[in-house]
Amino acid sequence: MAEGVYRRIVASRVRSQLAYPTSFALDCLAQAIGQALELVVILVVFGRVRSLGGFDREEVLLMYGLAGIAFGLADLAVGQLDDLPRWIRTGEFDVLLARPLGTLTQLATSDLQLRRLGRVAVGLVVLVAVITGAGIEPTPLNLALLVVTPLVGTVLISAIWVATCAVSFWVVDGKEVANAFTYGSSLTTSYPVTVFGPWLRRVFCFAVPSAFVAYFPALALLDRPDPLGLPHALRYASPLVAVVAVAVAALVWRTAVRRYQGAGS
Amino acid sequence: MIVETHGLRREFRIGRIGRRRTVVAVDGIDLTVAHGEAVGFLGPNGAGKSTTIKMLTGILVPTAGTLRVCDLDPVRSRRELARRIGVVFGQRSQLWWDLPLRESFALLRAIHRVEPAVHRERLDRCVDVLGLAEFLDVPVRQLSLGQRMRGEVTAALLHAPDLLVLDEPTVGLDLVSKERLRLFLQEVNAAGEVTVLLTTHDLADVERLCRRVVVIDHGTVVADDSLAVLRTTFGGARELVVELTAPTPALTGLPGVRGVAVEADGLRQRLAFSPADTTAAALIAAVAARVDLRDVTVVEPSIEDVIRTLYATRTT
Repeated sequence: MAEGVYRRIVASRVRSQLAYPTSFALDCLAQAIGQALELVVILVVFGRVRSLGGFDREEVLLMYGLAGIAFGLADLAVGQLDDLPRWIRTGEFDVLLARPLGTLTQLATSDLQLRRLGRVAVGLVVLVAVITGAGIEPTPLNLALLVVTPLVGTVLISAIWVATCAVSFWVVDGKEVANAFTYGSSLTTSYPVTVFGPWLRRVFCFAVPSAFVAYFPALALLDRPDPLGLPHALRYASPLVAVVAVAVAALVWRTAVRRYQGAGS
Repeated sequence: MIVETHGLRREFRIGRIGRRRTVVAVDGIDLTVAHGEAVGFLGPNGAGKSTTIKMLTGILVPTAGTLRVCDLDPVRSRRELARRIGVVFGQRSQLWWDLPLRESFALLRAIHRVEPAVHRERLDRCVDVLGLAEFLDVPVRQLSLGQRMRGEVTAALLHAPDLLVLDEPTVGLDLVSKERLRLFLQEVNAAGEVTVLLTTHDLADVERLCRRVVVIDHGTVVADDSLAVLRTTFGGARELVVELTAPTPALTGLPGVRGVAVEADGLRQRLAFSPADTTAAALIAAVAARVDLRDVTVVEPSIEDVIRTLYATRTT
């Protein structure tokens, strides 16, 4: 039943945004250009070097494509959380608590920026373009991985996003900290973790699991050994990691809302 | 009882780490509201009105005390309670800002699982009485404050709540909008459909809507009575304003009169009296026996005076 409500909220939003098709198309284009700029950076770098962290251009672009789709979809789903500090500061968060619905889903549906699909489109185009160039075997497992990876990545990035944005309940000006993880994850997921130093690498593999968004699944798709020598099973572990991440994010969010209500401080 | 609180208390911890201090916003409020009542919550800024409302609606957890609303524990059963009450925050919108009212109402229907036919009937009534028809299809962000508030009240009533909680519903509205809203709320409450609890700065809201007034200051209830009783207890003197045909020296020595103020060279005189000492009729007769009267008016103490007296007695 509740799902039906959210579907209706989303449907209303879609209708209201498509009411101005030209402005919608321009918004999409702007988002696509934003995403494509990162692509240009990668291409420029590869104009100078042959490999980045042990991966060639097509291989890095594969990670970029997978991560781009995941980031775009996550941004679409929970990007509204960026406004959380405002909701808290102005007291508008109270309004969410006065409705018979969950706070997180209400926030997520408080605005639906369909234009973020522009980002997803760029990721999708790049992904399709490099599938052959990167030498991915068209096995059923790989095809399944290609479909599942961006979706699991979406869940992972969303969970990271939710958990870090909840910081705003403790520190109202915590937006900068949260953004380091949210928009930062666009960067950290698009490159192979091997380009980072050992300390950061550990963070992205095990603390903030952004390496599971694109890096590990890409190893599976490319059928390459891990240059870091990490266990082979990790490349198929993303869905499991996503489940854990969602559980942690849900716990953090619950604790944060309790604190807001004054039960936990 | 639809609302029942005992020793309701809420503290906030404010300030930086190391310099933390505790502020008591609500300090032991006992309040019971019966079905069908219309209760006005009155008090200065920072008196604890809004904090109390937030605890009643499950937004904030009380620091201490017991609390039941619609026989539910507001925080534990927040979502269930939200189905039984309607909340209007004057300063915040609970509508979807980018959607037209019509769509907001349709979403609320789905959220509260109201039968389409029942929904249409309730909506039609609100549209009719509150005059929503002309802006039903305009996105909420483009509505004027008065239009939006009418939408908010409609939104809060569509699921036929047992309790309607309004936190400063008339803030910022022009006189006509205020009046329209008050009339509607009065009608809804009089029909016995919903219990109304409202906080306000605007004393006219209370005078028009609430038979019972709870005055809050510094987090405690300083008065809880009917408006009429509050008036006679704390209101002090009423005033008889007499307009005379010729300038006359101050009308002193009238029985039961506590003070005389002379205006317009004695053409108008204000006679303060207490209903306990004499009646307006007796006083008018006494004045008429001494001078020629052109006009008389009896001025009730305003509720502002009542509240001011209350605060004065409390602080001294």
